[in-house]
Amino acid sequence: MLTSLLGAVESGLLYALMALGVYITYRVLDFPDLTVDGSFTTGAAIATVLTLNGTPPVLSLICSFIGGALAGLMTGLLHTKGKINGLLSGIIMMIALYSINLRIMGKPNVSLRGEANLFDGANVLLVGLIIAVGVKLLLDLFFKTNVGLSLRATGDNKRMIQSFGANTDRTTIIGVSLSNALVATSGGLIAFSTNQTNNNMGVGMIVIGLASVIIGEAIFGKSSIFRTTLAVVLGAIAYRLIYALALRVPGMDAQDMKLITAIIIVGALVIPTIRSAIQDKSVSRKRAAEVIEKVASKGGVS
Amino acid sequence: MLHIKEVSKLFNPGTIDEKVALLKADLQLKQGDFVTIIGSNGAGKSTLMNIISGVLKPDIGVVEIDGNDVSSLPEHKRSQWIGRVFQDPMAGTAPRMTIEENLAVAYKRGQSRGFSFGVTKKTKMIFREELSRLGIGLENRMNAKVGLLSGGERQALSLLMATFTRPQILLLDEHTAALDPARAELVTDLTEKIVKDLNLTTLMVTHNMEQAIRLGNRLIMMDKGQIILQVNEDRKSELTVERLLGEFEQISGKKMADDRVVLG
Repeated sequence: MLTSLLGAVESGLLYALMALGVYITYRVLDFPDLTVDGSFTTGAAIATVLTLNGTPPVLSLICSFIGGALAGLMTGLLHTKGKINGLLSGIIMMIALYSINLRIMGKPNVSLRGEANLFDGANVLLVGLIIAVGVKLLLDLFFKTNVGLSLRATGDNKRMIQSFGANTDRTTIIGVSLSNALVATSGGLIAFSTNQTNNNMGVGMIVIGLASVIIGEAIFGKSSIFRTTLAVVLGAIAYRLIYALALRVPGMDAQDMKLITAIIIVGALVIPTIRSAIQDKSVSRKRAAEVIEKVASKGGVS
Repeated sequence: MLHIKEVSKLFNPGTIDEKVALLKADLQLKQGDFVTIIGSNGAGKSTLMNIISGVLKPDIGVVEIDGNDVSSLPEHKRSQWIGRVFQDPMAGTAPRMTIEENLAVAYKRGQSRGFSFGVTKKTKMIFREELSRLGIGLENRMNAKVGLLSGGERQALSLLMATFTRPQILLLDEHTAALDPARAELVTDLTEKIVKDLNLTTLMVTHNMEQAIRLGNRLIMMDKGQIILQVNEDRKSELTVERLLGEFEQISGKKMADDRVVLG
């Protein structure tokens, strides 16, 4: 039990980069980017194939980052310059990447067993923690720079930032590229930790990313950027923990994974809505009762 | 300073919904001119603003700023000369960012945005000083998210953000129309003060006749995409609301049709 929970925290930290990537597009830019399903595998494929060919693992991982950024760049260009709907540009890139990933790998499954590995002789938990926290802090700093501020403003009020002379096409492209670069890096990390890459490993990744963001924000709050990125990292871990626990429910097994994911995300989306609806109702009831009482005691509306 | 040369603009050209938004509109502003614009619904007031700011491009005609043809420049390039405040208090600020972050975004108007920090000790001091000029206490709430401010506070902040980098031209698009009377008065007073202090060349669309007469040194009236009346400095001081409505009827041959018009 403890081992499996520890394993969940470990993989949660590695998936945290992907969740941070999804946070950039979904929350900051307000651009639901489905490229993620493809670029996650792209990152894994690049890291695996380069390592198999003798590239040092760290360098391979940096190439994953660049590969993901290029995929994001394409999606961003399709959306801003090609004027293709945001969702559709992501779907187009996702499907294109499916073939590109197969080309990179040469076959649907590639194993890293017996090869050099990023985690050779290292504690996965520690390395994962350093990477996740490091990227989180860098991202916090980035969002305070002038580029970062205009990127946030693009998602918050596009008309306004345009009237102040920022090129929103550019900020959107930067955001989507950075997002997919992080997603691809996360894919590379997962390839190293599981010692393999297969062409389907990215399927449903966007939903897991969204689940991490939503769960994180719901549990840990989103009052500031610092708080929110922390919540997203913790959300990625929380998702893995919930998932590990759900698998322990009698009758559940690995093939139910996508269903469990769907149920978790529905829960994370619906529970806060119900909670705030109940709260609103009780607040307005209380207030209405107060008003009635006041009217009754004064004998008229004041 | 600003010259709109015979600008025409159609919406949905060649279709059954074709609409003439501007027809040979010609307007010339000198440095420091403050022009108020009135007109009935669909007269082309907002189109004129959008043509100047670069949101829309003229079908025919030219927009010149300081003698340079800017007609082909997109909005984000023209913004180095033009500050703008919209009618909707939500439009001019980013709600999920703090007051100082909003100001930092506005501070970089027309400059390239690099990887330096937007809010630093130095810029904070500038922001605090500028905010205190508004006199509504925002300088003590610089870390508050703008979404928490009232409509009037947001509009005052929008006005500051549109002007504190000293653009040459200020466009005000019914910027007090969505506010309650007291806050509208506050924002109007601030507008007058800022325009005067910075000697900004200003265009202001308003539905408030009294305001249109009281503010600025020139007034224009629009109808069906045309500028039908220009009142210059020397005549503006003698204007009254009745006289203005009378002029409109005389020129356009109909009553001023505007469901939102405020006579003052």
